[in-house]
Amino acid sequence: MPSSNLIRGNAIVANEWTCVTLPPPAEETVRKQAGKVVLFKLTGEVSATPEQIAATQIPASGKVLVPLSVWLARKQELAGRLDKGELGVWLDTHELIESLVEGEADLNDFPLIGVHVERCADGRIFSIATLLRTRYGYNNELRAFGDVLRDQLFFLKRCGFDSFLIRADRSAEEALASLKDFSAPYQGAVDDQLPIWRRINRNAL
Amino acid sequence: MYKYDKIDQTNVDERVAQFRDQTRRFLAGELTDDEFRPLRLRNGLYIQRYAPMFRIAVPYGMLASRQLRKLGDIAKRYDRGYGHFSTRQNLQLNWPKLEDVPEMLAELATVEMHAIQTSGNCIRNITTDQFAGIAPDEVIDPRAMAEILRQWSTFHPEFALLPRKFKIAVSGTKQDRAVVQAHDIGMEFYLDANNQVAIKVWVGGGLGRTPILGSVIREYLEWQHALTYCEAIIRVYNLHGRRDNIFKARIKILVKALGIDEFRRQVEAEWLHLKDSPNTITEAELKRVSQHFEQMPYEVLPAHNASFDAAIASNPAFAAWVKRCVHPHKQPGYRAITLSLKPHGKAPGDATSEQMHVVADLADQYSFGELRVSHEQNLILADVKLSDLFALWGKARKHGLATPNIGLLTDIICCPGGDFCSLANAKSIPIAEAIQQQFDNLDYLHDIGEIEINISGCMNGCGHHSVGHIGILGVDKDGSEWYQVSIGGKQGNDASLGSVIGPSFAAEEMPDVVQRLIDVYVQQRTPEERFIDTVRRLGIAPFKARVYADKDVHKEVAHA
Repeated sequence: MPSSNLIRGNAIVANEWTCVTLPPPAEETVRKQAGKVVLFKLTGEVSATPEQIAATQIPASGKVLVPLSVWLARKQELAGRLDKGELGVWLDTHELIESLVEGEADLNDFPLIGVHVERCADGRIFSIATLLRTRYGYNNELRAFGDVLRDQLFFLKRCGFDSFLIRADRSAEEALASLKDFSAPYQGAVDDQLPIWRRINRNAL
Repeated sequence: MYKYDKIDQTNVDERVAQFRDQTRRFLAGELTDDEFRPLRLRNGLYIQRYAPMFRIAVPYGMLASRQLRKLGDIAKRYDRGYGHFSTRQNLQLNWPKLEDVPEMLAELATVEMHAIQTSGNCIRNITTDQFAGIAPDEVIDPRAMAEILRQWSTFHPEFALLPRKFKIAVSGTKQDRAVVQAHDIGMEFYLDANNQVAIKVWVGGGLGRTPILGSVIREYLEWQHALTYCEAIIRVYNLHGRRDNIFKARIKILVKALGIDEFRRQVEAEWLHLKDSPNTITEAELKRVSQHFEQMPYEVLPAHNASFDAAIASNPAFAAWVKRCVHPHKQPGYRAITLSLKPHGKAPGDATSEQMHVVADLADQYSFGELRVSHEQNLILADVKLSDLFALWGKARKHGLATPNIGLLTDIICCPGGDFCSLANAKSIPIAEAIQQQFDNLDYLHDIGEIEINISGCMNGCGHHSVGHIGILGVDKDGSEWYQVSIGGKQGNDASLGSVIGPSFAAEEMPDVVQRLIDVYVQQRTPEERFIDTVRRLGIAPFKARVYADKDVHKEVAHA
């Protein structure tokens, strides 16, 4: 039984980070659209109340990965942890990365940024990673967690994730294989910005 | 046409291996239905009413004869010996077994084919004009750019899971035949004042539940930027398109909500960062791909052929076929021909395995071994010599492929409907067949002239009913099937959406409803007018009055 479900690069490694989550809201409302329960929050939707943010428990020591809303509201309290290199921040796929970027001189002050995907079908995670890597110059560890399954790994890697916390009920060992699903992708992306026709001479094939 | 190199072959082979493993895991219970669904959909596999439906990609409608033979063989071995050509120029099989699909994909890969992204919330098959490369009115052959877009969109990592499906069409003619205004992105290629290739870009068009024509987001884009501009559009959509309601998730809803000006502003702001990035297309890459679409080795021929002229003069049936099924060609002495998949009383767009083999043989014998699928669901041989037309017609006719009805009333565009599709509210094929039987008289059909009837079994609109001159939409009312009729829709440069004429009809009423619409047209038309022209001149009122003249209005309102 492997002790960790975390993939970094091409290997399974121990997870040194404690993921801090918000306490549940006072009342959970079920939203419906066209008769169906709404599964996805709209981009930019508020994700936490001030009460939730204030009530969020953060371990006093060790490496902690805190929600974006908590970081934004409790920066002063957490600045020391960041200086010690033991604070990372995570956001949900419906949160605006601009709200993270705006307040920071350099995103690389964070040793870790996480993106939480509630449902594996939510492709916003790919654009968020692409923007963090290409637009906002983030170079440190970028981790996908939540409903992270092996069949999305290749795409996640291409969009700049280098760290994947596979959903707890699935094997990270087996998921490793999917990082190599395709060997000759056509288009440029974050991991290799050159499209195939700039990487090799296809006329010579 | 485009031929795979090692890179292309590697990609489809790795896809087969990936899907084989995914299917194995699903059958072993390691993937749930919800987890497997997006994976099978992006390999063209739906779970349907009676069996899975499997959609095979025919990129921009181009097929080689050996590919069509393989399709025929696969339909025979794994299905019931026939396939259905769809309005996205693809081929659908209605009865495969889920556990056979990986093997079917492996067979397709041997002839450079696949089912990649033929469904699912991703960038779908790129479509274009079925006469690309040979049309006399063509300004730019769009196929090289369509192929470049195909490769770029294949497994695009950032756009692997969009809010909803995403369809791109390209066109290089003044008279649009690719319905670019009805796509999520439509690209019209043209030559600018300096004779350089430029693109007019449309966004946010679409049929389906909320039919809407696209808006121009950019009048002028240099061709090199086609991919990066698409990336800017789709990134804005991926981040901000609605995922909370499947019926509001297409890009057209986002464009409408923001307004085209604000949407354009966001896209242009995004594009500033992407412009000139490595996905910018190079001259060398365009040249490499264009080599696959070079002109066929045509013979130098006179513009006229005496034996052809004589056959027309002496054989009225041949002349009728030439009038409807033979199309102009830029090369003197050559023609493009349409093999009708709309014989009266058969499901529109269906072809049997035997017919696929016959068409492949005809392509080899008469048209350089290539053919095309049109979005009107017929097959095209693009490069036939005038002197071969009579012999070709004789053979096509023997196999039920020469119904001279292209562009006429019985050339009905039709989705598979409730006979096959689990989304459908109502059957569509029997309606098409009943209308074809009602109008089963060629002289009368030619007299009625050009008209397009489109039938969709539900508001997803696979039969493009909202741009039909007569559009028929299957609707569900209290568990029974009804049909809503609209008139005045049109595809092309002067595209328009049809107007609903009133309360819906029962299936058995439909042939008579169409008959009445046609009667009004025949009585009211001027000598030059097609059906659509008369509708546009008169509006829907006289048509509506005739159709509902003796209806019990109270009863009709009850199920309106």
